[in-house]
Amino acid sequence: MTATSSLPPPLTETRTGPTAARTAIPGAVRWMVVAGAALVTLSIVRVVANGGDLTSSGTTGATIRLAAPILLAGLGGLVAERAGVINIGLEGMMILGAWTSAFFGYEYGVWVGLLAGFVAGALGGLVHAIATVSFGVDHIVSGVAINFIAPGLVRFLAGEYFPQRGGSISNSPQVTGNLGSFSVPFLSGGYGTPDALGRIESWDWFFVSDAAGILKGATSGLSTFTLLAFGLVPALWFFLWHTRLGLRLRSVGEHPWSADSLGVPVYRMKYLGVLLSGGLAGLGGAYLVLAAGANIYREGMTANRGFIALAAVVVGNWRPLGVMFASLLFGFGFALQLRDKDSVHALLLFAAIAGLMLLILLVQRRHVTSAGIVAAGVGGAFVWWVVSDSVPDDFIFITPYVLTLVVATVASGRLRPPAADGVRWRKGQAV
Amino acid sequence: VSRAQRILWTLAAPAAAVVIALTVTSVVLLLTGNDPIDTYRTMWSSTTNRASIAKIINRAIPLYISALAAAVAFRMNLFNIGVDGQYRIAALMAAVVGAAVSLPPVLHVPLILLVAMSAGAFWAGIAGALKVTRNVNVVISTIMLNSIATGVGAYLLTEHFREVSDQTNTTRTPEIPESGRIPALNRLLNWFGLDFDPQFEVVFGAVVLAALVGIAVHVMLFRTRFGFELRASGVNPSASRAAGVATRSMEMKAMLISGGIAGLVGIPQLLGEFHEFRDTFPSALGFNGIGVALLGRNNPIGIVFGALLWAFLEQSTAALALQGITPEISFIMKGTVLLSVVIAYEVVARRQEAAQTAAVSSHTVVDSRVPAGATA
Repeated sequence: MTATSSLPPPLTETRTGPTAARTAIPGAVRWMVVAGAALVTLSIVRVVANGGDLTSSGTTGATIRLAAPILLAGLGGLVAERAGVINIGLEGMMILGAWTSAFFGYEYGVWVGLLAGFVAGALGGLVHAIATVSFGVDHIVSGVAINFIAPGLVRFLAGEYFPQRGGSISNSPQVTGNLGSFSVPFLSGGYGTPDALGRIESWDWFFVSDAAGILKGATSGLSTFTLLAFGLVPALWFFLWHTRLGLRLRSVGEHPWSADSLGVPVYRMKYLGVLLSGGLAGLGGAYLVLAAGANIYREGMTANRGFIALAAVVVGNWRPLGVMFASLLFGFGFALQLRDKDSVHALLLFAAIAGLMLLILLVQRRHVTSAGIVAAGVGGAFVWWVVSDSVPDDFIFITPYVLTLVVATVASGRLRPPAADGVRWRKGQAV
Repeated sequence: VSRAQRILWTLAAPAAAVVIALTVTSVVLLLTGNDPIDTYRTMWSSTTNRASIAKIINRAIPLYISALAAAVAFRMNLFNIGVDGQYRIAALMAAVVGAAVSLPPVLHVPLILLVAMSAGAFWAGIAGALKVTRNVNVVISTIMLNSIATGVGAYLLTEHFREVSDQTNTTRTPEIPESGRIPALNRLLNWFGLDFDPQFEVVFGAVVLAALVGIAVHVMLFRTRFGFELRASGVNPSASRAAGVATRSMEMKAMLISGGIAGLVGIPQLLGEFHEFRDTFPSALGFNGIGVALLGRNNPIGIVFGALLWAFLEQSTAALALQGITPEISFIMKGTVLLSVVIAYEVVARRQEAAQTAAVSSHTVVDSRVPAGATA
């Protein structure tokens, strides 16, 4: 269907859905209203619930650093599913990318390491594509197999190659060199200019300093790799929705039968999607090694981020911008967990308020079941906030997963995965 | 295609997969400067003693149960990726209840099994309910529930069920008393003249449990109407729905059964070795079980061989560390066996399909000789 119809408007979530007639406000304005409301709520919560670090520039910076690898892998998941191939193997491909970037980064420098991470992930994608596209193996089965092979393969390779280079079977030697970082001049003090946002943040004014803190976190000390990751969001969006090749790739994920009948090389498009997917997941792994801190590969460092990325694809409704917001949301949770546990407790109040707004919306639209679920969640979060004074670490750890289940449950009618997502397509086979 | 030919093709796939896996592994070994033949010889000779055989059997038991759990859901095209989370939650609950009560053995062990199965079924049931009521993809929900199980399990263990008088560093539940344990089989085996010294290696009594579950699953899948409808829904959902199969309730039941079986995965180790749940309780048995289920084509008999092969690879590669080869070569072997076996099954299926199509079209040619007026 999409193969022949015109391009859907890219940045709005609502126009393509069943609620198309209801919204007259442009998507960008809606997003700004939502963001503004969220910021005001955060500021209130910070004051009321004593969540000192909620809006600090440090938290925002950490959020971005923690979101970037999830984002990269999430975009990888997105591009594969847009071509109709589910990629459960993201985690394995991240692991391949992480190991390879450490090895090549140590041997030939960080930039080669970055490239090698992409290539290694893409090789994982190639295996997935051969199995699923050429041989018609179930996508989940192949992905599970890849997640199986990858950690064993890299541990084996680490045991063979790292000890004599000053590492061990579970650690690489330190990669020397730096990808470089960037701060915006005049706003955040890049290139020795004044640090305006930092000054405003330190005034501690309600809302104004909160906004400045978040902006400073988003504009200072950004690794080149981070810029690359977030730059890929508009790039991928442009590629998928504004180029011929992107349209063809998406057509294969929506309706491969018509795409085929119109002369789109379906197999080749799926290969492209899955290779790119693996490469992006590999970059996510490389980010962990080269841009997240210690410049070292550690076994298990991906820590299920591939699965969180998969969650980000669902929560982000199979759109680049959505995946970015979901990644930032998950990154925010992890950043607070690392930096300031009191703020996590304050976040319960934020969740209750945000849920209340959603509840009003749902009641207005008469979604009874969803409203019931959300109401229970709001009540639970509020009671929890009142009766407790901290949130156990383990619960912060599971937040992205619970959130994904909630989104998948509450918004199941509004989520729109590619129509032929996960279909084992064969040329010449009937629908 | 005759029956004999079909069986031959079915066996050809795993055989081809093993050959491919050996080739790939040999290449990896050669590239890393090791001698493949030597490596395989070490692997084989390290497993010919009784203690290693006992270890292989013990490793195979939870893998077998885990694969059965996955297979029941797979048969219905429900990808229960969540066996991992289901069995860890179940093992924790079973350990807690098992340690809290004191009963005669005939009641104590069944109670623990019941708790484990209920907890596993509950955890899988969440995914089942979300699928049935809100059409949430089971792959997504079970992956999420795996991670949630990790967090919830860690929280419950450290905050609520932790052994308070503990002097050691491991976080663990209180010990299950003697009456709640499954005795080892060594004495029984000795009685049959098979001399397994319990001082070196016990053989889990849970092997009986695994066999019973395997038989039950086989009977359910192939000898009951429920099993027939389950398999039919897996092969062709729309046709079976048209034939009156209540797909939704089937999906829920399949998830509950799968989760119930998954709940038993931790039992062999829990009641035969540790007698307590620890933070170091074996993980990833769920994902290995998926591999074994795929290897055995979701068939309770095929899975036996899959589980034994898996356990053999795990056990035999452990000896390689002495030779300076990283034992994780087993993951490469397991992964390549798995990937090549699913590809090989797919190739075989396509060949059979092509043969069938050819057979049908040859019949059509015969029919076309009938005068046009004679056909309705």
